[in-house]
Amino acid sequence: MPATDTDARAPGAIGGVGGWQKVTIDSITEETYRAKTFRVSLSDWNGFRPGQHVDVRLTAPDGYQAQRSYSIASPPEVESALDLTVELVEDGEVSSWFHEVAQPGDVFELRGPIGGPFTWTVDDGGPLLLVAGGSGVVPLMSMLRHRQAQNATSSAHLLYSSRTLDDVIYRDELEAYSSDPSGPRVSHTLTRKHPPGWTGFTRRIDREMIDELLDEMGKPPAVFICGPTAFVESVAAGLVTAGVDAERIRAERFGPSG
Amino acid sequence: MTTRGFVGRSRGVDQDRLPPGQYLERGFPVLSYEATPSVDRADWQFSIDTAEGSTSWTWDQMLGLPQTTVTVDIHCVTKWTKFDTTWEGVTIDDFLDAAGVELSSPYLLATCYTGYTTNLPSEDVLDGRAMVAHTFEGEPLDPEHGGPARLLVPHLYFWKSAKWVRGLQTMDENSPGFWEGYGYHIRGDPWLEQRYAGD
Repeated sequence: MPATDTDARAPGAIGGVGGWQKVTIDSITEETYRAKTFRVSLSDWNGFRPGQHVDVRLTAPDGYQAQRSYSIASPPEVESALDLTVELVEDGEVSSWFHEVAQPGDVFELRGPIGGPFTWTVDDGGPLLLVAGGSGVVPLMSMLRHRQAQNATSSAHLLYSSRTLDDVIYRDELEAYSSDPSGPRVSHTLTRKHPPGWTGFTRRIDREMIDELLDEMGKPPAVFICGPTAFVESVAAGLVTAGVDAERIRAERFGPSG
Repeated sequence: MTTRGFVGRSRGVDQDRLPPGQYLERGFPVLSYEATPSVDRADWQFSIDTAEGSTSWTWDQMLGLPQTTVTVDIHCVTKWTKFDTTWEGVTIDDFLDAAGVELSSPYLLATCYTGYTTNLPSEDVLDGRAMVAHTFEGEPLDPEHGGPARLLVPHLYFWKSAKWVRGLQTMDENSPGFWEGYGYHIRGDPWLEQRYAGD
């Protein structure tokens, strides 16, 4: 997959984002102590590409509105529904509504899907290198779930950096991939605290870790990095220094967004 | 449609200064889809290409043009707004004066060192409304924020303020740039909430 701008645009192009639609929360899953997944059902469904996000709008009784963007965690194979994994942000007016108020049956407004270059489908092939920092794993999970749903066999590797084991989102599902012979490889690094007997990495992602991964993958991978700004900057710079063509790297950075 | 149990918390800020759907951000988030490029000032050039020809400036030549400082609010389509950001650079008017050319075509395409592009009506970059900015809050612009120099068009959503800008090319038609090709609005006025095509 030559990831030039022109090539990236064609498959991801969307005719229009469409208008706002009301969506209903079907179920809520507690992923970690500060991340919950909200499955919403949609009446207006045109599919999406793994990696895309949606806009969410909440309205107060006096007409005040707040909007935020959230990545889609589910694969497009789950039709007419989306999973949104929302991390609780301190003083975040939208994430606190999701965490402290929202119940199944609640209705809010949603618009999308949105986003083009940060997307991948099995047709784009492999190898695929996904690098997640914290809740940056969410759009990458949509890619991995899509890959599983399509029984893809091209190689894929997720390198996932979390502060502690309790911060790891989708932990059981990621663990289960290790017993699937064609499942993606998953490597964790825990940067702040790790349990006794932990065999994964215990440091920030560095050049040595990147070199090890690239050696294992053999062919140069398509790379998607998602996480906080400083994380993405350092991983992307490390990959470029290690010889990965900048055009094969796609990044999504997030700061605090409430 | 009222959302059950939602009251909102952003009431402390000056709502009249926030375009619809925006919230106040005190940090400076970085939003770009590509790896941050390393552009050496020694190799940097900025060019304006019109039907009449092309004019280019090196880094030092750009610094030799009149310098302008502005303090403006900036609005990202991902919903954050940042108040009172101070930038120094060279207005597009001053580049055009120095080159002795006029923008005779109605549209422009901004091009960048990463291959990123964005389209703009020519009138949106004239009359002091746009500059090539090299200094942010008195410091050289960080690479992750578009340094060594980025376009600054603060009255439009910030994706129009192309990072790592390399030039402006005139266009007779309003051909979409990078994000505009993905369904983002062709002009992107935050006060009209022109986020996506059709808004």
